[in-house]
Amino acid sequence: MSESAAAVTEVASGEVVLVVNGIDRRIPAGWTLADYLASLKLDARTVVIERNGDILRDRSSFASLELLPDDVLEIVHFVGGG
Amino acid sequence: MAHADLISTETLTDPQPLVIAGHEFRSRLMVGTGKYASNAQMIDAIDASGAEVVTVAVRRVDLDRSKDEGILHHLDPDHFFLLANTAGCYTASEAIRYARLARAAGFNEWVKLEVIGDQQTLLPDTAGLLEATKTLVGEGFKVLAYTNDDLITALKLEEAGAVAVMPLASPIGSGLGMLNPYAIRTIKQRLSVPVIVDAGVGTASDACVVMEQGVDGILMNTGIAAAKDPVRMAAAMKLAVESGRNAYLAGRMPRREVAVPSSPTTGMLGQ
Repeated sequence: MSESAAAVTEVASGEVVLVVNGIDRRIPAGWTLADYLASLKLDARTVVIERNGDILRDRSSFASLELLPDDVLEIVHFVGGG
Repeated sequence: MAHADLISTETLTDPQPLVIAGHEFRSRLMVGTGKYASNAQMIDAIDASGAEVVTVAVRRVDLDRSKDEGILHHLDPDHFFLLANTAGCYTASEAIRYARLARAAGFNEWVKLEVIGDQQTLLPDTAGLLEATKTLVGEGFKVLAYTNDDLITALKLEEAGAVAVMPLASPIGSGLGMLNPYAIRTIKQRLSVPVIVDAGVGTASDACVVMEQGVDGILMNTGIAAAKDPVRMAAAMKLAVESGRNAYLAGRMPRREVAVPSSPTTGMLGQ
């Protein structure tokens, strides 16, 4: 995280702020992507995740992928559509 | 009677099943999954339609909802062929991004590519569509391109590597039926890849007339989902697509602008 971003966002120690689906979200520092999905009760097999513009194709990497301050996540899934 | 065997079965056998990019499908009717009153109704309607290919959209998960409402909780991906769309995308780059996300879901590399050019009509941006088709084909996608009923665009999409071209019957969700049968027929006659009419079918007769043009299939959503009884309409659409296909294969009688009696003109009393 850049110093200017740190100045704008007061972040409690032990927390990181991410942007998930366009909204700021606070999570405990050190959480992996798998931890975060578990907290959302999301099944990794039914979602696709883009992190900082890159699609995360290897779901087995989620358990070791630590989320960092200012990460931008898009979590998408299939919905009804034509 | 020569046709007794055929007529005794529920459905006449299609001598040429629908094949797209080497994949054979069990139905020429493809259906969308949007706009249903409930997931149960959607499933019943899809079952009644007999469709194998079902389209889905890619959207953000609502993180604040207590229950995950992804469609895979209701649709069995082993029973249906999931065809992700890029509905709602207005630029080539946006559509490409959605297609890549859809492929990462891990079901297939197929995409129903939409690049919309106008909010009011939802007509395609054909330049953006062509650009996105080229990029995605280059990445190994099987692109089914939603387009208008313009022959030149359809030819360019085929040349760019689309595995199927999907001209509209009329604007998405309009239910106006086929506005230009000549254009649809011309596209079908000139293209080698399958032509699947996508959008605009409002009721069973619309579907039947579309299939009578000789196209390879129809994709519809609103025509079923927005009916008062979607499940019954889905059943009607199944029969209409089959009937239209059979009528096309049977070859219709020539149109004449004079009457021709069906009963013998000889043997009348007093002759």
